[in-house]
Amino acid sequence: MSSITAPILEIAVLVLGMVILMIEAFAEKVDKRVLAFAAITGLAVVLVASFFVAPSQSTSPATGFWSFYTADRLAIFFKQFALVTTIFVLIMTIDYAPVMRSFFPGGPPQASLGEFVALPLFTCTGLMYLVSAIDFVFIFVALELVTVSFYVLVSFTRRNPMTLEAGTKYLILSALSTAFLVYGIAWIFGATGQTNLYRLTAALANTGSNSGAVLLGMVFVLVALGFKIAAVPFQIWVPDVYQGAPTPVTAYLSVGSKAAGFIVLLRVLQPFMNLPQTHRLVFVIALPTLIYGNLAALPQTNLKRLLAYSSIAHAGYLLIGVVCFDVRAISFYLVAYLLMTLLSFAVLIIVAQQTGEEISDFDGLAKRSPFLAFAMLIGMVSLAGVPFTAGFLGKFYIFYAAVLQRQIALVVVGVITVGCGFYYYLKVVRAMYWQSSSDVDAVPVNGLSRIAITALIIGTIWLGVYPQPILEALKR
Amino acid sequence: MVLFIIFCPIVAAVLIMLGAPARKTALAASVLTFAEALFLFASLDHGHADFQHVTSFSISPEWRLSFTTGVDGLSIIMVLLASIVTLAAVWFAGTIERHENAFYACLLLISGGAIGAFASIDLFFFYAFHELALIPTFLLIGIWGSGNRVAAAWKITIYLAIGSFILLLGLILLYQSFPLASRSFDIRVLQTAAGMGQISPDAQRNVYLLLLIGFGILISLFPFHTWAPEAYCAAPAPAAMLHAGVLKKFGLYGLLRLAIPILPEGARHWATLLVVLLLGNIIYVGLVTIAQKRLDWMLGYSSVMHMGYILLGLASFGVLGVTGAVVLMFAHGLSIALLFGIAGELRRRTGTLVFDELGGLARVMPFAGLAFGFGVFAAIGLPGFANFAGEIMIFFGAFRNGWEIGRFHIFQIATILSLWGVVLSTVYMLRAYRKTFMGSFREQWQKLPDLSPALRMPITLLVAALLCCGFFPQFFVRIVTPAFRTYLSANK
Repeated sequence: MSSITAPILEIAVLVLGMVILMIEAFAEKVDKRVLAFAAITGLAVVLVASFFVAPSQSTSPATGFWSFYTADRLAIFFKQFALVTTIFVLIMTIDYAPVMRSFFPGGPPQASLGEFVALPLFTCTGLMYLVSAIDFVFIFVALELVTVSFYVLVSFTRRNPMTLEAGTKYLILSALSTAFLVYGIAWIFGATGQTNLYRLTAALANTGSNSGAVLLGMVFVLVALGFKIAAVPFQIWVPDVYQGAPTPVTAYLSVGSKAAGFIVLLRVLQPFMNLPQTHRLVFVIALPTLIYGNLAALPQTNLKRLLAYSSIAHAGYLLIGVVCFDVRAISFYLVAYLLMTLLSFAVLIIVAQQTGEEISDFDGLAKRSPFLAFAMLIGMVSLAGVPFTAGFLGKFYIFYAAVLQRQIALVVVGVITVGCGFYYYLKVVRAMYWQSSSDVDAVPVNGLSRIAITALIIGTIWLGVYPQPILEALKR
Repeated sequence: MVLFIIFCPIVAAVLIMLGAPARKTALAASVLTFAEALFLFASLDHGHADFQHVTSFSISPEWRLSFTTGVDGLSIIMVLLASIVTLAAVWFAGTIERHENAFYACLLLISGGAIGAFASIDLFFFYAFHELALIPTFLLIGIWGSGNRVAAAWKITIYLAIGSFILLLGLILLYQSFPLASRSFDIRVLQTAAGMGQISPDAQRNVYLLLLIGFGILISLFPFHTWAPEAYCAAPAPAAMLHAGVLKKFGLYGLLRLAIPILPEGARHWATLLVVLLLGNIIYVGLVTIAQKRLDWMLGYSSVMHMGYILLGLASFGVLGVTGAVVLMFAHGLSIALLFGIAGELRRRTGTLVFDELGGLARVMPFAGLAFGFGVFAAIGLPGFANFAGEIMIFFGAFRNGWEIGRFHIFQIATILSLWGVVLSTVYMLRAYRKTFMGSFREQWQKLPDLSPALRMPITLLVAALLCCGFFPQFFVRIVTPAFRTYLSANK
């Protein structure tokens, strides 16, 4: 089995995406749901194959392909992360199909569904390249692959004015952040003559280079990545885009895009970690992200918007991890975040079809469909950080790293914002369990979604009790 | 053995959620838990201070984190308390109109969380089990509460969430204060390492302060106490019984378990602060209690006030005072559960707990009057009840701390002031008893039925336990003291 090497994984996903696009285009008779199932199966095969890829560290004197592509343990782990995310997003897409159809009234019943299945595959390829990228040029290309496919996905149901607004906002601000990224890369390249991150480390170690110019470049790159991970003050787009985009895409944005952003951030900041300014800069964006995300989430009444603010808040906790530069804490947090966020979105998609996306639409859900209510309860409780769920251990490792490095300010603010978190996450629990509703119909859940939601619940609790497998996988 | 007692309520809760008959399952589980706790209590070897019945599953060797459970003299008393109060609370709950299954599942989860916390030797699970009770409490108050339930539910949840995250920081700092080789989540390892002086006095002070604030919020220590009365009067009676009787003891248990063996220097350094705060509990909250016009608010405040005595025993830092604190924890848990249980029954029958609207109820409810009287006398600390045994040990222990002939230090002054607290509690307890059960009788309560025979069982159980521990405190003292003697004698 050692014949599988890491780059084959991306190529396989890419080919899968193209094949599905071709079938979509030429075989009009095929039921489009079959395409979704084919994509899920294909990704599952790639996921299984990825466990047989041996990690290989690429070294600084490497040339050719391996000078911009690494397949270390972290990269492989996050390739699997991207694959799992995409599988769950595709499962959500199947649930979401009736909603999408309602936005294309004139066309055939399953118009464009095929594209909606193919595009996440390209995004997934982009994410997988991104986590392996160790060269600025490659980071840029992979990031664009992700972003461009998201342009289409975000504004997919374009007849809906809110979606159109979201798409436009995402397009303009994303393009702006890309410009920042390129500009920053240019400064860094101009000052050091390197784009490879390993050689950059070596170049920065030679004090001869102009550190002011490098730092300026780094700030620009940080701004661009701050946009991707939704850090304050680059978070303006998040609530509107999250609320307007089709819900599976929102889930994808909030999990896949953020995780890749953090991995790139870790890789990019690695060479700069010796500069004291870097810590201060990350600190300066971590603190307002924590405060803004949590405070702004308090008054929300729309669950999708609430999750958007919560995603900003979680970016804040993750940034504490970046300040401490604890890769394992961040990675574990991201895994926990994947499980609980996808769980919440999966339930949201199903419930929203019957009632709506407001929190008040969840009133009395415990009575109508106890299974969905329980799933949402686990998701919310984990997001809030109650023990025996993955979310708690994520916060535990982050706070552990912060206490170890005596980041008093971040820890104090972190604890207070956790208290805020309990309020707005439990608002959803309150709606489901306290409130009674006039609607008494049970919400139907199809078999595949039921399996997916059960898997996410088990994963959330399992990692909350026994985190060792993930820690083991992240060991260097 | 210990695993069974932890998971018995939790498994029962899951079964109930899956559709098992709620009340029967809950009763069966709590009877089983109680029997098991009695068995453990009887079979514990008094001779040595170590944890017994230890089982361990490794979770993360790298972090030296494992799921380790076991009991020693201190924890078995807490487990026994938890099982008695659980049984009484479940019995008191009766038929619930809405969502009966969810109600019993929440109750059992709180109980399982408390027992799990008391029986965990591993710090991580010690913490996590306590948090298990957070969401059920929120739901219990929110769904089945009365009065201003919404505000009360938010208040208790957010207060306790912040308190427990501060506590978590304290525990993390404690873990990191040890040198790499002896870092562990296992309390036993930490105690041994601390005994060898591996934790610096400076670190001890910082950790102790964090733990004091974190646990203090959970205990309702003076400036952080406002959540407690509000939550207890909004909560349904069984939830108030469990929370005030058992779960609030978690913070005290944590301080006893961690502060005394591991952080003696920290405890000594912050003793003055703790004494001032606990006098706030006894004197200030005591006066506030006297001003209450409703029975449930009065009981809520009185439970906050009594925390002051237990903390005084803890702060006295001698075998006598600390043992007294443990006995009083046990006694207070039983007496407050008794009082909340009967108050809940009164509210169910009369629909009000305002003193001015009640009166003379002993005429129609003689058994309830008698039982409430027992609870009141126990809470005041009448000799013969367990509370007296605990309080007198605390007062002697605290008075002796730092005692020199002819000089009164802070502990002597604090003891004198606390003794006045007993007078305060006599005033409000007896007044409450007079206004509720004695005094002029109102015609509208003529038809009120007395407690049903089924409810007399849990009351008898609680009163019997109170009297038993009151007349024979040596059974408890003998079990508890070995756990402390090594640390406290070494520190003297």
